[in-house]
Amino acid sequence: MMEHSIKHHLTDDILIGYATGTLPEAFNLMVAAHLSLCDTCRAQAESFDAVGGEILDLAPSNDIVLEPGSFAATMALIAGGPVDEIQVPRVSGSVLPGPLQDYVGGDLADVQWRGIGMGVKQAILPTSRDASARLLFIPAGAAMPDHGHKGIEMTMVLQGAFQDEDDYFARGDVEIADSDMHHTPVADIHEDCICLAVSDAPLEFQGLLPKIVQRFARI
Amino acid sequence: MNANNGKRMLWVDHMYRIRDDQDQQAFAELFGHFAPRVKGFLIKSGADGSLAEECAQEVLATCWHKAHMFDPARASVATWIFTIARNRKIDVLRKQRRPEPEDLGWGPEENPDQADVMALQQESEQLGRAIAELPANQRELIEKAYFGDLSHSEIAEQTGLPLGTIKSRIRLALERLRHAMK
Repeated sequence: MMEHSIKHHLTDDILIGYATGTLPEAFNLMVAAHLSLCDTCRAQAESFDAVGGEILDLAPSNDIVLEPGSFAATMALIAGGPVDEIQVPRVSGSVLPGPLQDYVGGDLADVQWRGIGMGVKQAILPTSRDASARLLFIPAGAAMPDHGHKGIEMTMVLQGAFQDEDDYFARGDVEIADSDMHHTPVADIHEDCICLAVSDAPLEFQGLLPKIVQRFARI
Repeated sequence: MNANNGKRMLWVDHMYRIRDDQDQQAFAELFGHFAPRVKGFLIKSGADGSLAEECAQEVLATCWHKAHMFDPARASVATWIFTIARNRKIDVLRKQRRPEPEDLGWGPEENPDQADVMALQQESEQLGRAIAELPANQRELIEKAYFGDLSHSEIAEQTGLPLGTIKSRIRLALERLRHAMK
């Protein structure tokens, strides 16, 4: 789906982390979902892979010794058939890009939403615990509770749009917020907004009610 | 074409021979060059010798099984092997899944345009040369980011590598393929 031209991209930092394999799983999921929608970042990510390839090729190998019989063992592995059958997700053409469908275990209709107040709903996706990923549903025109951040939070629009003090974010756009940022995103009035949000720290909400919500909703 | 690019095209040709003829001689040469490097990569990433050995064998076996997925208009053989090794590292050392972006809806073309292949392989050679010529401290930084499990925030602004050409080449290929899909 290339219907909208993406204006807010991933940073080189994040794309390098994706290439080097050093990001937490939730961040990798954000990158995979964004690259599914954004050719610009896909090309950038592939060029960072190219750096990895050159580094591998340039590495001196004379201090590394393979086990005796290593080649024969590899040929035996080959004879045993493919090791992993990981399928790359195909173009989904849905609100949820392929990698998100994998984590939801289906499409949008299969998402297990939980209400967290004011019509806002979320669904936490199963990733490793060093960071979290969740889908957010924000009713058209509704505001997210104001929240500050610890660590890095990235939010990508999948459906509808939202606006914060600075900018407008539509499908495929990623907002990247760090610990200095306090903001109040508001969903566009034309359509309910669905986002993917990933964070490497729990969000801290301001105000009593959201705090209580936070305790139960595991935000 | 200089010697280095010739080498890259030779690896591409090896991949074709593996894909089309299950050519063990071609695979043995590929193995001889890349298996120790993949093992070294895994050791630097924190694997012990026997785990690194096991993974290197698996990575090279995957190269054989997935030879039909290799697209020389999109990546050098070294880049392709790096991505397989990196994914294995995440799987085995970090015990995490690595989500991949959507496939673009087609596999690599049976015989991609030779000019596109040459151009991509040539640019990857230029990139390799640029990396080799970096001042020692910068090169070390990149090696650590890719090989060690270190943070990487400085690389983006520090290196000034000629990523622009390879990036626009890849983007062009993507656009062409998307266009062809319509």
